[in-house]
Amino acid sequence: MSDQVTLEVFRYRPEEAAEPCFERFTVPARRNWMILDALNHVKEELDGSLSYRWACRMGVCGSCGMTVNGEPVLTCATYLTDAAASRDPVRIEPLHGFPVVRDLIGDIRDFIAKLKRVKAWIVRDDEKPLSEGEYLQTPAQLARYKQYSMCINCMLCYAACPIYPLEPEFIGPAAIALAQRYNLDSRDAGAAERMDVLSQEDGIWSCTFVGECSTVCPKNVDPAGAIQRYKLQATTAWFKSLLMPWRDR
Amino acid sequence: MDTSTHDVLIVGGGGAGLRAAIAVAEADPGLDVAVVSKVYPMRSHTVSAEGGAAAVVKSSDSFEDHCYDTISGGDWLCDQDAVEAFVDEAPRELIQLEHWGCPWSREPDGSIAVRPFGGMKIERTWFAADKTGFHMLHTLYQTALKYEAPTWYDEWFVTSLLVDEGRCQGAVAVEQATGKVQAILAKAVILTTGGCGKVFPYTTNANIKTGDGMALAFRAGVPLKDMEFMQYHPTGLPFTGILITEAARGEGGWLLNKDGYRYLQDYDLGTPEPRPVKRSMELGPRDRLSQAFVQEMRKGRTVDTEHGAVVHLDIRHLGAKTIDAKIPFVRELCLKYEKLDPVEELIPVRPVIHYMMGGVHTDLQGATTLPGLYAAGEVACVSINGANRLGSNSLTELLVFGARAGRAAAERARSAPEAGGAVVRQALDEERRLTTGLLEKRGGGEKVAALRTEMQGAMEAGAGIYRDAAGLDAAAERIQELRERFADVALDDHSLTFNTELTACLELENMLELASAIIESGLQRRESRGAHQRTDHPERDDQRFLSHSLAYRTGGDRPRIELLPVTVTRWPPGERVYGR
Repeated sequence: MSDQVTLEVFRYRPEEAAEPCFERFTVPARRNWMILDALNHVKEELDGSLSYRWACRMGVCGSCGMTVNGEPVLTCATYLTDAAASRDPVRIEPLHGFPVVRDLIGDIRDFIAKLKRVKAWIVRDDEKPLSEGEYLQTPAQLARYKQYSMCINCMLCYAACPIYPLEPEFIGPAAIALAQRYNLDSRDAGAAERMDVLSQEDGIWSCTFVGECSTVCPKNVDPAGAIQRYKLQATTAWFKSLLMPWRDR
Repeated sequence: MDTSTHDVLIVGGGGAGLRAAIAVAEADPGLDVAVVSKVYPMRSHTVSAEGGAAAVVKSSDSFEDHCYDTISGGDWLCDQDAVEAFVDEAPRELIQLEHWGCPWSREPDGSIAVRPFGGMKIERTWFAADKTGFHMLHTLYQTALKYEAPTWYDEWFVTSLLVDEGRCQGAVAVEQATGKVQAILAKAVILTTGGCGKVFPYTTNANIKTGDGMALAFRAGVPLKDMEFMQYHPTGLPFTGILITEAARGEGGWLLNKDGYRYLQDYDLGTPEPRPVKRSMELGPRDRLSQAFVQEMRKGRTVDTEHGAVVHLDIRHLGAKTIDAKIPFVRELCLKYEKLDPVEELIPVRPVIHYMMGGVHTDLQGATTLPGLYAAGEVACVSINGANRLGSNSLTELLVFGARAGRAAAERARSAPEAGGAVVRQALDEERRLTTGLLEKRGGGEKVAALRTEMQGAMEAGAGIYRDAAGLDAAAERIQELRERFADVALDDHSLTFNTELTACLELENMLELASAIIESGLQRRESRGAHQRTDHPERDDQRFLSHSLAYRTGGDRPRIELLPVTVTRWPPGERVYGR
């Protein structure tokens, strides 16, 4: 491999030009560099105006998701030379599916609103006092929801979802997985309230189960699995309500 | 200029800020609370904390033991009244987080599981596998969303505090997406912006940890306390600085030199045993372990790599099952960032900057010396960490003191007068500084990134693990030179829309302030204590320095340092004993 890599970076500067364009930068092909290191090299050495988000550079804060060679990835966890091996020049774009604010930065406010809509927090009628200690939860009970609690809100699943750009009201993979995370928590009693939100048209039913969300998830959360499980629950609840209308869900 | 008004304004959306926001909402649902954060709250650096959060829960543990471990770990520079309040409230706060849904790891019977950490006599670290900070932050954020009260200023950057008539009345902030400058007025302001690890080149800290809140307070005349105490974590990955949690040693990992020898036995840290022994060897305190690394390097017994000297962390004997159950993130990070599997291979590690023990001087309620201004978490120094923080106290600290600051600020907001008109004029001045003074400025020979790199190099050279007067003086001169050059800085980016270079420039300005405070505090403390080791003053000197350093900003080049005696309640200063 050559000792340099060419990057083809999406630029959008709304104050200067109405249309986005691609700009090329040449960076050293360092073996231990991630895509993010290459972008930092561009910003520090070549063009201080390149804009993107990053923070922890250890794959846990969820800030640095971008589209690299067409795939949504965490740029702090994608090796530059691996990307260069699959496509030269390496093409870097913002995550698809979100309005672009500037360069590689997308607007994710929609997700925050959805997180609130699905009540991604513990819902409980009676609260025991702190003096009575913790709610017991066995390792097996913890394991039921643990996977869904690993979501870092990086938005790769929304970027991969074929439905979200067409139906922006669709609640989407991460928010549904997080709703499921609380539904499956032995300490929670909010499943019915969440079902009211998720069983609506723009809830789970928009999903056509392409499964891309689970493929791209960097933390193996499996949002597609969460959505399928939810559909089953919702269907069961609907049949019960038909057969036994006197019974509460 | 746009102006908004709230009762309580929280600057920083990490663990401490979110805990404070919930405390305000619970103290009085009628209060209008706002959270300003330069990143979306769940991106905050709390997310990276791995190992756990300390609180007494086992019947074999006690209030006295947690206090003693903390105070001796801090080399007797902790304020003991603060430690007592902290240890007392710690279990309650962690149980509160459990009630909010935090997925704490459990014992088979469903009760909370704990594990040992460095410097601990009895295991008391609550953990959520080895992503404890991540789970705490997301639990806090998702719980905070439940409350209607908070107004969220996500991705806004605070550039200055508004102070008039001797009280803090709000802040000026830039909305990064649009470049809009706004005055956000409030009756009480809480700083929860975290630490300042990015002052140094190799750090576990996220890119966002630039000490903004410390600099905001410092410029407003509030003293910074104990800034010479910067913690190195002994086990960071060499190129990236990524943290390999202390839990790896808590579970039984060994530190080996180039000969495969557990070298800590040569540094008065005990004798090697196959199983982990608390307060011994690899479970000694972080300052002592980081210092032992440097000694070992000087003896030529470390391993040379393209990224400098390293030693090895060996967890192979724990086996894949334990590693995957207890410290899966360690394996994930090694596979991803070092392309090695710690089940079969040694992990190269070196000490890296991890935590600022010092910070904005506060009392036990989080109040600073400026009425209306509070601080909590790593940005603050309430003095529970002393000269060396004990692993797993910081996550608990941000809960205990975040909640306290929230309650205190809520109390003040109920009685304090509204912000006055004078501060709006100040905000207009600040807007002019940001736009015509910086954003629109052309020419100028200095670049943000280059100055930052030079600053980091100067700090590592002069204010690292071992220091002396000559090195600190040289660093002080370098930083002063960089501050002069900063006046000539110019941006490549003149755009209003998400101008990350403008943010980086303001962060650099903040870090240069803090660099001066770190160096000057280090120069004035002519003793060695905890994380501050002076080769020209190698002994601890309780006669002269059983005191905190308070750094005040002056009109001149260097901060003024005053001393404030340490509060001792029940634990008179003694020898720090580990491994015997």
